[in-house]
Amino acid sequence: MTHLRNIDVVSLAGVSFNYGTHVVLDDLHFTVGAGESVALVGRSGAGKSTVLKLINRLLLPHTGSVLVEGRDTREWDPIALRRRIGYVLQEVGLFPHLTVEENVALVPRLEGWPVERRRARAHDLLELMGLPPGEFADRWPRELSGGQRQRVGVARALAVDPPILLMDEPFGALDSITRQELRTEFQRIRRHLRQTVILVTHDMDEAFALGDRVGVLERGRVTFERPALSH
Amino acid sequence: MRLLSFWVSHRQELAAMVERHLFLVLWSTAIATAIGLPAGIMAAHRPRIGRPLLAAASIAQTIPSLALLGFLLPLPFIGGIGPRIAIVALILYALLPIVRSTAAGLRSIDPAVIDAGVAMGMTPRQLLWLVELPLALPSIVAGIRIATIVGIGTATIAAAIGAGGLGEYIFRGLSMVDSTVILAGAIPAALMALVADGILSWVERRLSPGHRQRSAAVPIAVATAALLLIVVAGGAGFGPVRPDTVVVGSKNFTEQVVLGELLAQTLERRGMRVTRRLNLGGSFICDRAIRSGDIDAYVEYTGTALAAILKQPLEKDPDAALTSLRNAYGRSGLSVLAPLGFNNTFAMLVRHEDADTLGLSTIDDLHRVEAQWRPGFGYEFAERADGYAGLLKTYELRFATPPRVMELNLVYRALASRQVDVIAGDATSGLIKALNLSMLRDNRSYFPPYYAVPIVRSAVLLARPQLREAFNELAGRISADDMRAMNAAVDVEHRDVAATVSDFLRVKLPN
Repeated sequence: MTHLRNIDVVSLAGVSFNYGTHVVLDDLHFTVGAGESVALVGRSGAGKSTVLKLINRLLLPHTGSVLVEGRDTREWDPIALRRRIGYVLQEVGLFPHLTVEENVALVPRLEGWPVERRRARAHDLLELMGLPPGEFADRWPRELSGGQRQRVGVARALAVDPPILLMDEPFGALDSITRQELRTEFQRIRRHLRQTVILVTHDMDEAFALGDRVGVLERGRVTFERPALSH
Repeated sequence: MRLLSFWVSHRQELAAMVERHLFLVLWSTAIATAIGLPAGIMAAHRPRIGRPLLAAASIAQTIPSLALLGFLLPLPFIGGIGPRIAIVALILYALLPIVRSTAAGLRSIDPAVIDAGVAMGMTPRQLLWLVELPLALPSIVAGIRIATIVGIGTATIAAAIGAGGLGEYIFRGLSMVDSTVILAGAIPAALMALVADGILSWVERRLSPGHRQRSAAVPIAVATAALLLIVVAGGAGFGPVRPDTVVVGSKNFTEQVVLGELLAQTLERRGMRVTRRLNLGGSFICDRAIRSGDIDAYVEYTGTALAAILKQPLEKDPDAALTSLRNAYGRSGLSVLAPLGFNNTFAMLVRHEDADTLGLSTIDDLHRVEAQWRPGFGYEFAERADGYAGLLKTYELRFATPPRVMELNLVYRALASRQVDVIAGDATSGLIKALNLSMLRDNRSYFPPYYAVPIVRSAVLLARPQLREAFNELAGRISADDMRAMNAAVDVEHRDVAATVSDFLRVKLPN
């Protein structure tokens, strides 16, 4: 992915979006460089999730454009685009009818990986997330604690090693100790994987802990709090 | 005990009926699932289409099953007697639970799970097959379970239009007023429903998310496939009637079943192959069936044919009646063969003790009791021009209460148990003696003659001249006493119809 180093992996230019008459985003501009981790903070309803959905083309902007890897999302095939983007939701959304391993290996399965390779990949990722596969691979989601589920969610998002990772309030629903633990864990993993990360949260501490750069989303615009560390 | 010995003595027939019942239910449920599943998915994904879809299925559900069969009967392609129309009706009933539970199962999936699937780059098809359907599966199976159980119950009605199944025992039992025979059909149907419920709720539990055991899926699939295979293969035997057989029909009361069996055995004695479609709903269904070629022959009564079927003026002279019948039927490609002998006129019946104490011997005598008495009739008599309305007019009768209308076979019991006081029954009914009833004389000659005559499709007669010979052998050979005796043997002594008929033939027509 070194060839992406010099270009912006994600860039939003003059993006506005509204639900009916309710303006959510208004002339929003920001860019995210390769390998960078950007955290957007905002109160609920500030349009945090909308920004993420615009990036993986679950939504299209009403004006302006969203570029991913230099290409407008309107021109991307939505399926191909989403396969390049890992997504971690606050509610995790693990598939209750699949085991932990099957959840993690799902995108590789969609991508047509052979069974052995996706199994090995799932086990590696579970290991990385601190869930020994021997113990966790065959469990059902309902048999996990909240923190364990969230770890599986992150592992699932990372399964095909996507260049971009979107995280929507990833650790918001957890108790403070588990949250702290996962943040530390995530920082460790980030050092390994160097994905480009865009994360939205309403929690300032989380934003500063996980973002190289922190932007505040307010009245449809974003203001960055401090200069990027990686630039 | 009677029930057990009935099952033992009828075990082959019982097995065939159980198999036919399963055949009807499994086919209809399978087809309803094939239609209902996509419809349910549509209903969940596109509420604008889904709402009217569910409404239509709900309306189909509210149509009483016999009425639905009646509506379907005259339709091209699906109409006509036999299993096809029954399967169509059962499909209509099975659709609602399947569509509804499929839609409900899909709608109840946690939206976060769907979001995760979409965000991870699943195509709509992958989302459906990998996420939505597996998660909705327990709910879908629950719908199929309900559809199956409803189907097993409803399929008993199918016997009314000659589709067979366990309902045949129930209808036969009703017409014989024999609760043993009713139970002989009702109990296996109930057991079948319980077993289906047990199997499908087990499957349902097994399929709930996170309860799956990898090893369980295979045995379920194998068992289901095996069961389907057995029944579908078995069902093949119920396919279209073989071209070289004569299809004999009958209406759904004892005498008709006896006469149908009589025609059938007469042909079989001459080495011809016969398919029996006995116990069909009534005159109108038999008439429709013979006109559409679903059956080749059945026994009709001259009066019934003239008034109820051909809608011609009542004819009191038997020979004139027969002539006008032959003309009218001939135009429709049907032949009227020689009368069998007896006249099964309608008989106004009262309890023997009432006749004695009140001195009732003619229908006119009913004037003495009309202010207190309540009449009871079968559905046909209540409706027909030569039935209740004409009777009141001719005899200027005015009963205190409107008649109670019920299954013809229950009318006799209702009279004996004093629920009604005067009924219209058959002059040849075996129950007249058994229940100690008296017949009132038709002193104003209201009822036209009801001579029993075989009606046969002319095309079949042309193709097989030996059919006419066989039936002519029966001409004039069955007296009212003979008929009453055979009816009583079946209704009162609970003898087997086939045995009763073969005994009669052995004595009357030895060869």
